[in-house]
Amino acid sequence: MIELAHFQVVSAALFAIGIYGVLARRSAVLILMSIELMLNAVNVNLIGFAAFGDFTEGQRALGQVLIIFVITIAAAELALAIAIILRLYRNRSTVNVDEISLMKW
Amino acid sequence: MPITPSLALFYVVGALALGGALVVVMSRNIVYAAFGLLASMIGVAGLFLLAFAEFLALAQILIYGGAVVIVILFALMLTRIEDFENLSDHPQWPVAALVAIAVFGLIAATVVGTTAAASDRQGLSFTALGRNLFTEWAVAFEVASLVLLVALIGAVVLVRGGGSRD
Repeated sequence: MIELAHFQVVSAALFAIGIYGVLARRSAVLILMSIELMLNAVNVNLIGFAAFGDFTEGQRALGQVLIIFVITIAAAELALAIAIILRLYRNRSTVNVDEISLMKW
Repeated sequence: MPITPSLALFYVVGALALGGALVVVMSRNIVYAAFGLLASMIGVAGLFLLAFAEFLALAQILIYGGAVVIVILFALMLTRIEDFENLSDHPQWPVAALVAIAVFGLIAATVVGTTAAASDRQGLSFTALGRNLFTEWAVAFEVASLVLLVALIGAVVLVRGGGSRD
């Protein structure tokens, strides 16, 4: 018997792994992948509540619609971030975030 | 607690999602990390299926499995891959692990200690989802399409514009 808590714990674990990736990896592309993991953790949480919460049909639909928007925004964000990374690589010939300190005070 | 087939399936796809995610953040080889991301996304699609959200599972596999992983592999090919051999050893990784474990512990403790008003697992038909998306949330849908258009044009301008006119 699956319960809401199962989905929430998996979501929390995915989110924590994503946080670790963002903080510990040094390649900009890997940081981007970790951000995608965190966005997916949010989606898992949302679908858990949409499927198991004590809601009307319209509210369940809102949960799934929100997930569709999160996926859309994640795709847009990924396209822009990849463009920025390629641009950085062309200018500085590195994607190591430790060496990219252009905007550091 | 008896192990029902759906619970066993949940453990399988949950392990796939979390294992893929661990490969993403642990792997030394960055191409393996990209394939770990693919495995993780397929696991999340399985979770969507277990919540009776078939459309979301389809969209997840199409968008993440089809588009996102391919785009990331392209980004890896267009940047220098040899540099990444020793990139996972950031000096602050113990702090990162501590923060991640703390966040997980906090959320998991809150989840276990809270009872939400839960009902039986219920899905939503394609028809109901489509009707809701295109009537009640039609404006938000149009705005999202505009955001995608702006992001696409922005990405093209960013990559090709070199400050040179023509």
